[in-house]
Amino acid sequence: MSTAFDHPTYNYSVVRAFTIMTVVWGVVGMAIGVLIASQLVWPGLLADIPYLHFGRLRPLHTNAVIFGFGGSALFATSYYVVQRTTQTRLFSEVLSGFTFWGWQIIIVAAAITLPLGYTQTKEYAELEWPIDILITLVWVAYAINFFGTIAKRKMKHIYVANWFYGAFIITVAVLHIGNSAVIPVSAFKSYSVYSGAADAMVQWWYGHNAVGFFLTAGFLGMMYYFVPKQTGRPVFSYRLSIVHFWALISLYIWAGPHHLHYTALPNWTQSLGMVMSLILLAPSWGGMINGVMTLSGAWHKLRHDPILRFLVVSLSFYGMSTFEGPMMSIKTVNALSHYTDWTIGHVHAGALGWVAMVSIGAVYHMLPALYGMKPGQMYSTRLINTHFWLATIGTVLYIASMWVNGIMQGLMWRAFNDDGSLTYTFVEAVDASYPGWFVRVLGGAVFLLGMLLMSYNTYMTVRQASKSEPNSLKTDAQPA
Amino acid sequence: MNELTSFWSGWIIVISLGSIIGCYVLLSVVRKGQKFNGDTQQTMGHEFDGIEEYDNPLPKWWYWMFVLTVIFALGYLALYPGLGNFKGLLGWTQESAYNEEVAAAEAEFGPMFAQFSQTPIEALAKNDQAMRIGQRLFANNCSQCHGSAATGGYGFPNLTDKDWLYGGDAASIKQTILNGRMGAMPAWGPILGESGVHQVSQYVMSLSGRETDAAAAKKGQALYSTNCQACHGEQAQGNHLFGAPNLTDNIWLYGGGEQQIKQTIRNGRSGRMPAWEAILGQDKSHVVAGYVYSLSNQ
Repeated sequence: MSTAFDHPTYNYSVVRAFTIMTVVWGVVGMAIGVLIASQLVWPGLLADIPYLHFGRLRPLHTNAVIFGFGGSALFATSYYVVQRTTQTRLFSEVLSGFTFWGWQIIIVAAAITLPLGYTQTKEYAELEWPIDILITLVWVAYAINFFGTIAKRKMKHIYVANWFYGAFIITVAVLHIGNSAVIPVSAFKSYSVYSGAADAMVQWWYGHNAVGFFLTAGFLGMMYYFVPKQTGRPVFSYRLSIVHFWALISLYIWAGPHHLHYTALPNWTQSLGMVMSLILLAPSWGGMINGVMTLSGAWHKLRHDPILRFLVVSLSFYGMSTFEGPMMSIKTVNALSHYTDWTIGHVHAGALGWVAMVSIGAVYHMLPALYGMKPGQMYSTRLINTHFWLATIGTVLYIASMWVNGIMQGLMWRAFNDDGSLTYTFVEAVDASYPGWFVRVLGGAVFLLGMLLMSYNTYMTVRQASKSEPNSLKTDAQPA
Repeated sequence: MNELTSFWSGWIIVISLGSIIGCYVLLSVVRKGQKFNGDTQQTMGHEFDGIEEYDNPLPKWWYWMFVLTVIFALGYLALYPGLGNFKGLLGWTQESAYNEEVAAAEAEFGPMFAQFSQTPIEALAKNDQAMRIGQRLFANNCSQCHGSAATGGYGFPNLTDKDWLYGGDAASIKQTILNGRMGAMPAWGPILGESGVHQVSQYVMSLSGRETDAAAAKKGQALYSTNCQACHGEQAQGNHLFGAPNLTDNIWLYGGGEQQIKQTIRNGRSGRMPAWEAILGQDKSHVVAGYVYSLSNQ
């Protein structure tokens, strides 16, 4: 890690490293996403090469975007935010470096083992046990480093962003260890300690909280720092922060069973998963309200500031998908939506619209500051604006095509003739899905194009910074 | 379904209701402590990296939305199974819902199928209404293997020709559908050796009139008589009792190329047609049998 831009107080080198890797893994993970979306439209594409088959690339896509892109963004922003909001340097240099290199090794190991076919077959927890152990070590180091920094803080209170980052770090540790409990039989093969419906329940307890804590709580932490910073306005309501934080973290953990409606899971478990998911609507929207209302009195800034646009639109998609989620968890709605493309559309409304957009906004805010410039002063603001429109159009194309496909599939599967037989065979629903799948490739490609612009903008910003004297960092300890 | 022990049932009830009511209490306590009724410029007095926080009250519409979802949740848990062993006031389960829907469908459509089952398969095959239904049942249940045109595929028989593994009369077809079939060709590689496999393959190919190595085929014929004839017959016309295919008609379930035939002889084959009686029932199986019969008896 470069030492050219050392900050007098803060450890910025680890933040810089994670920020650059956020962009890198974003491009890689989304490129694989576009590839596998293409394989669904053209099933013969690379089908003869086992390493590049859809079944092996799909978990690589999810791991690269969730843990590579999203994970790096969370490490980068949490390290940046916790230092700046506690006015303290990170707890440990060694642990900081270990979390960076450890995490990168994990993602590279995923990129090697998944195409080779090594998998635990648990969604979002495919990586085999040796990699799981490394994840555990990195995560414990991360927790010590983060909470160690909080403990050293210069003020009495802890800022709300850090509550969310803290909850995310603790809960992901519990989820990962709980779900990845396996009995190894060889270096790259293991069996889950759970079986049957209990295994499915533990998997979706983990799976939904990968969404709830990794992709929501962590990114709410990000939102609570970068939205008020970018707008220069106080957070709307501290009281709302308190209620929605505690309600969100205590209810999310229950929501997993809504992935297993109408299965071998006991009735009571399904019902509890459903009602907790419904109550989750208000706590989820609490974060959206707090973010959007922070802009009141500063709406005019949206006209000139594409970074703020990324942040505000991410909150809109967050609000939309956290409304959609509770609706889809209702059993009668789920009976239509489950196993269809609607689910994939819902996930990407969150993943592209919320997680990716808030991360992109945060990186654009943070990156120049990390290289001794003012926050938000990227090489080209026009390119950020172009990126914003590409990201928005890409997301809308993606989710709209999946809504149409999903509802169509659900309706085709349940259509009956007047003799009681099914109207459509399964393959007819597959055939009818092709136009939507093609639009999805377009949407994904447009989003990816935006990420490529971001890479160029990042490269040019860093190059520009390297040419000029990085003295301005010395004054950066003051609030910007 | 297994009952939970009363400890675990109680545990679930306590933590479920505790979480829901706990959220409501938190909501109420924070709301009661509000210092302002409308929007305020008053901040909390702490500041982090330049960020302050207003002491704004909880938005009223948001508060009521939260309360409504809590009320809905408690109502749902009173009516439906959710709190441990408590069955809910409606007595609803997904199993009972499924059974009711199936029973309703049976009551509605059962008589029609029962009527069809009174008609002999050969006659049913000429009943347009029954054949439209049969075609749909076939498309949803059988086409995954046999193809939507019923022309089969690798390992799955073509149902439109006159070549039958287990017999093409109406009774045999219905028997196949109801009870399924297990086809087993043993692996002869270990017994015949590679040269024996080659010789038998040359003989088998000659049966459908193809150019082969005549000397090897002659040796293969001798091996055929001792090893293969018991199932495939002296004239190699096959045997419906074992599902042994006719080897003289140039119709091949697993491919008729030299390498594929050798593969079949060397390693054997096993085919499985599932039994549909438990899934479709007698009457619908009867209609499907009529449809399959109609495909080769126009």
